[in-house]
Amino acid sequence: MTFTKRALLQTTLAVAAGAALGRDAHAQAIEQLQLFVPAAPGGGWDQTARTIEAVLRANNQIKTAQVTNVPGAGGVVGLPQFLNQWRGRQNALMVGGMVMVGAIIANKAPVKLTSTQPVARLTGESLVVVVPPDSPFKTAGDFANALKADPAKVPVAGGSAGGSDHILLGMIGKAAGVAANRLSYVAFAGGGPAQAALLGGHVAAGISGFGEFSEQVKAGRLRALAISADTRQPGIDVPTLKEQGIDVELFNWRGVFAPPGVNAAGRDAMVALMRTMTQSAAWQEECKKRDWTSIPLFGDDYAKYVENETTRIEAILKDLGLA
Amino acid sequence: METLAALGTGFSVALSPENLLWCLLGTTLGTAIGVLPGLGPALTIALLLPITFQVPATAAFILFAGIYYGAMYGGSTTSILLNTPGESATIVTALEGNKMARSGRAGAALATAAIGSFVAGTVGTLGITFLAPVVVDFALKFGPAEYFSLMVLAFVTVSAVLGSSAVRGLAALFFGIWLGLIGIDLQTGQARFTFGLDELLDGINVIVVAVGLFAVGETFYVAARRYSGNDEIVPLRGSLYMTREEWSRSWKPWLRGSAIGFPIGAMPAGGSEVPTFLSYYTEKKLSKHKEEFGTTGAIEGVAGPEAANNASAAGVLVPMLTLGLPTGATAAIMLSAFQSYGINPGPMLFQSQPQLVWGLIASLYIANIMLLVLNLPLVGLWVKILRIPPPLLYAGILVFATIGTYGISNSPVDLVLLYAIGIIGFLMRRYDFPAAPVIIGMILGPLAEQEFRRAMTISNGDWTVLVSQPLSATLLALAALALLGPMIWRVARK
Repeated sequence: MTFTKRALLQTTLAVAAGAALGRDAHAQAIEQLQLFVPAAPGGGWDQTARTIEAVLRANNQIKTAQVTNVPGAGGVVGLPQFLNQWRGRQNALMVGGMVMVGAIIANKAPVKLTSTQPVARLTGESLVVVVPPDSPFKTAGDFANALKADPAKVPVAGGSAGGSDHILLGMIGKAAGVAANRLSYVAFAGGGPAQAALLGGHVAAGISGFGEFSEQVKAGRLRALAISADTRQPGIDVPTLKEQGIDVELFNWRGVFAPPGVNAAGRDAMVALMRTMTQSAAWQEECKKRDWTSIPLFGDDYAKYVENETTRIEAILKDLGLA
Repeated sequence: METLAALGTGFSVALSPENLLWCLLGTTLGTAIGVLPGLGPALTIALLLPITFQVPATAAFILFAGIYYGAMYGGSTTSILLNTPGESATIVTALEGNKMARSGRAGAALATAAIGSFVAGTVGTLGITFLAPVVVDFALKFGPAEYFSLMVLAFVTVSAVLGSSAVRGLAALFFGIWLGLIGIDLQTGQARFTFGLDELLDGINVIVVAVGLFAVGETFYVAARRYSGNDEIVPLRGSLYMTREEWSRSWKPWLRGSAIGFPIGAMPAGGSEVPTFLSYYTEKKLSKHKEEFGTTGAIEGVAGPEAANNASAAGVLVPMLTLGLPTGATAAIMLSAFQSYGINPGPMLFQSQPQLVWGLIASLYIANIMLLVLNLPLVGLWVKILRIPPPLLYAGILVFATIGTYGISNSPVDLVLLYAIGIIGFLMRRYDFPAAPVIIGMILGPLAEQEFRRAMTISNGDWTVLVSQPLSATLLALAALALLGPMIWRVARK
């Protein structure tokens, strides 16, 4: 976050080097990679950026990296800065993901994620529906039926309104034929406080990223009903919603984006950098350690994916009355 | 006995020369960042996260815990000397602490804060060692309805800081609540009072408001009264440290503060601010020196809240270590550090990583002692700051406040806010509005609102949950007692 003279010098050198080497740049180690994180240090995107840095350095793909954090409102504060001030910067990547797509729509931000140049989707995390151990719900079907019977009697805890947890509940509600505005969603400041409300038996069910609840599930303090992935996940002994007849899938994906104004060669160099990284053993190791599912997707395919997600999420947020 | 044996193993881990060095580094760093407004333990630990790739897990957590405890100690220093709270948990300390400093008792205020922090830190750490499972079960009983009732109790006790005029006090309180409402509403995702500014979507940082009202407002006020030339430097009255009388007035507040701070800190939505308000109220009610509150500064009003915030810091570690529940920003970042070691914090942590957990707990005892040793001799040095001539001192405060605020989010919007709030603070001071209720409203208002709406969503709009749950009803009864008790007492005496 500090911008020292040395960093300035390194940046200047890196830009100069990038310009001089042109399209061969990706063949050797990049002098300095600049990572833009539109969130506070410590969160999921920040961890992604710092893991990218560690892995690329261990692989000798880059020499150094500089991480800039601009926190606020699910990335909506940082994105305009990345689009304007970082325009045309070579060797620069922004970390973002599904949460940002939702935040942009919900906050009616005047900027679009599609104004960046999507480089690569890297990881995804499945969401999970959990209940306290003494809950009458044994399957996702029980949960959906209870919602159908009287959604007001089934308060569900999760992260902030309009976030991925809320979106998943909206999708389950829709699949069960319950109007989104009748759902009883209790928003907490994050997975931690939501978990506390569940452990204390104050709500009927909870939705959050699988990693947030996995330890409680292992210890038997919470019961996992279903995960939101499209297929069974290795190492997770929980059935998907689809398996239980609820046709819903949602991945909290994270990826990287290049700033606008970078030419095709510059973007392709970044795509190559990420492709090599995701194939490396060091990256696979980190993903395993952090319970991230590696779901690589690159360049134009990824750009199309981001566009589809935007349309899909906008529709759900409209149902929830948030867009 | 099992606990003692485990703690013994913990000490053998924590007392290794290498880990002692990490602990010393952490506590020193923590004290330094506590002194700087804006730089909190959460941000510091986040910036240090990359080192977790290089050092063993135990060393990293001993370092982090040292920073966390140290920041709680350091935060009080600037509150007392410069009326500039370094952390939101030390805002209450500024109320009496700065008054004491102005009447020549800065040394005693700093000393009671440091020793009180030590006492509370140790009580809290004992609590982690022996009571963790019990406390966490109690803390989980607090649902939205109970939290709302706790906030009602806190609001009632706020009258203790409303000042002489209730109308002015309430106006300040509601201004604070309004400031707290700015940003995206958690329950509906709608932006409130953001005036189209993206930077306001996440709300205004309470530290910016505290520093603006207290430090910048104060500086403007002093400057506006023009330099009269006879700025007498307040001479130190009596001994540098605490007198016998001050000791005897401090020890009970320390223990009461610890007793209030630890359980509330352990509650998932308790935090460190609410216990400092409750402790301040308790001490003001119980003190035999009520006339000193808000005038020359009462030592109880420093001792109690300082103990409360340190005990709550220990409390925060309880759900983190026993359940893997992060209840504050610092705990959340420490949890992400656990993950980078491939350790899954959760209910199994005590069984799966006994070396790490008990080493960490033992290092908390050591960190407390180190902090006391580190901070007491500094008192003599700190009070010398007050001998700087006012024009230089206040210029320094402005620089300090500006840099600290910029450090929070690197956002120019925060700087504009800081000075705008500084001007409001100046006007409030000029027209005799108290500043503390603004901060209290800003912290409690949104908490009370969110918890109320959560409680209503869960109960499907049924108001009676607030009184049908025994815990919630008890808290509301306490609030009623605090509100009506003195009135009934007065009538009965007549």
